[in-house]
Amino acid sequence: MTQYIVRRLAQAVAMMFLLSIVFFALVNLAPGGPLAGYGNARRIPAHEVARLKRQLGLDKPMLVQYVVWLVGNDWMKVDLDGDGVADSYGARRGVLRADFGYSFRTRQPVLKEIGQRVPNTLYLMSITLFVALAIAIPVGVISALKQYSPFDFTVTTLAFAGQALPDFWLGLILIIVFYVWLRNPSTGEPLLPSGGIYTIGAPFSIADRLAHLVLPVMAGALGWLAWYSRFLRSSMLDVIHQDYLRTARAKGVPERTVIFKHALRNALIPLITLFALDLPYIFGGAVFIEMIFSWPGMGLLYYQAALQRDYPVLMAVLVIGALFIIVSNLLADLLYAYLDPRIHYD
Amino acid sequence: MTDSPPVAPVVDLPLPLPVPAQPAPESTARVVWKRFRRHLGAQVGSLLLLILVLAVLLAPLSPYDPEKSRILDRFQPPSWQHPMGTDPLGRDLLTRILYGGRISMTVGVLVVGITLTLGVTVGAIAGYAGGILDHLLMRITDAALTLPSLLVLILLGAIMREVEVPIFERNSVLTIAVVIGLLSWMTFARLVRAAFLTLRELDFVTASRALGASPFRIVLRHILPNTIGPIIVEATLELGYAIIEESGLSFLGFGIQPPTPSWGNLLSNAQENFIRYPWLAIFPGIMIFLTIISVNYVGDGLRDAFDPYKVLQKAGEV
Repeated sequence: MTQYIVRRLAQAVAMMFLLSIVFFALVNLAPGGPLAGYGNARRIPAHEVARLKRQLGLDKPMLVQYVVWLVGNDWMKVDLDGDGVADSYGARRGVLRADFGYSFRTRQPVLKEIGQRVPNTLYLMSITLFVALAIAIPVGVISALKQYSPFDFTVTTLAFAGQALPDFWLGLILIIVFYVWLRNPSTGEPLLPSGGIYTIGAPFSIADRLAHLVLPVMAGALGWLAWYSRFLRSSMLDVIHQDYLRTARAKGVPERTVIFKHALRNALIPLITLFALDLPYIFGGAVFIEMIFSWPGMGLLYYQAALQRDYPVLMAVLVIGALFIIVSNLLADLLYAYLDPRIHYD
Repeated sequence: MTDSPPVAPVVDLPLPLPVPAQPAPESTARVVWKRFRRHLGAQVGSLLLLILVLAVLLAPLSPYDPEKSRILDRFQPPSWQHPMGTDPLGRDLLTRILYGGRISMTVGVLVVGITLTLGVTVGAIAGYAGGILDHLLMRITDAALTLPSLLVLILLGAIMREVEVPIFERNSVLTIAVVIGLLSWMTFARLVRAAFLTLRELDFVTASRALGASPFRIVLRHILPNTIGPIIVEATLELGYAIIEESGLSFLGFGIQPPTPSWGNLLSNAQENFIRYPWLAIFPGIMIFLTIISVNYVGDGLRDAFDPYKVLQKAGEV
């Protein structure tokens, strides 16, 4: 098992290396290069652009630029003042030493920008996922236990529809309903806020935080709720007709225990694996939700970076995204082996 | 007359069993089609999809121009003249949605074509050839699956917006289809490879090889037709994904660029004004929703129709 994990980790490192080259090439081969977005706001004269290029090391061959991005340039002489003479040591430490450079947009270190955004995304997404699973699991179980009942029929139909609802549209509709149409009867204000994490300028209150969570969580959770309830229903149906459940009943095990301890536990194994595989996609959806609800998280950061061609930020989020996928895949495989003793890796 | 040995009298011996005339065995396609027709979801889904496609094709029958602005008519709420209202430039929203549907559906169909071609080729070569080639192609597939696809899609959309190459310029329909296609062929490749690994070991393939058939003929005539079921099902689902991905990308502003309407960029344009003029956001989304749900129902029906296990289950043999 240890050997398996070590091998997978080695593969992961190789894959990350490969992907970082792909990302770097994509970003730098774009028309206009990384500076295309730099001067969008102001007009910069050509000699200033040339100086900026020298200062940022963008006049160097692509390979050199990649090496600098990876390991930094504090070991080589670079042209910091842009006068055409490489006379001082660089200050960049490279991605391998946790330096993703500076954002073109805010001039802040990229890692600091990301550090400010990650907690907001984690906060929103963990609650979204909790809500999705907390509803999907009981609904899926009941639906399977009462197969072909009106409840099952309703749930199956709704789940099918829920999967066809684009979350970005759902977000807009929720704003129309809960911000435009429905009003708080006592104050006449919109029933729920349409964006942000909290009311700016208002003192901290849990009620205010919760009110800001409702719409983004609903918009983000519905699709996954539909997906997992459908999945758990069929996973439960697979388990429910197996012989060991009949044996358990024959031994006089109470029905509750049969369902929750014997059936559900086994039905949850594929769900947990699937969940680990889905994690990157769930977080990917944050781009839409955070954009619609002006939620200052990673998704919004990436969206803004793409709009303004903020390449250091784009590179960093892409690398983190790929890393997240690789780790989730590994986690899914390991969880599967851990939860199902029949699975062995070697 | 000589005595001849007694000969058993010739009588009409009855055949072992009186066999009623047997109908010719039904072809797989017919069986699948019959099962598909009986599937309720598939019925509803195909009907709805047919209506949507017809409506989109008949878009030029609309009395309004999809791109010319009529500023005096801006922000009209839904009415008999404008069933879905008008947009900030006074254009009839229904007309724009129908023309947008042409774009969104075209992207969907193109993506299916691209992913099908790429995925089936990669999967067939890997599955049939095996060895180093298989290993190499599967590592490439793995790498592609490790890409954070939505983020890369956004990046490529943002980059391609600035590209000035004929047919690919300013995020044309083809650009968007190619970009989405390049990020989603992997499912097909894995599916086809897995099917090939099983099929290539079967006797009829060995027989065909013994008869001197070329690998090309074996793959195209003998193996590929046997994988057609799962491929068709997956292609249907891919159509749905592709339409959602196009609308998502255009919604963010990195997809199809205005004034060409697509369902995604209609929603995107609605963003500034939908608080006061909600119909701008409501109707394009309803079209996306109806298309996706009908495509999914058709896919569901096809899956059940192609699934041999399902047939046996219904016949009570399992």
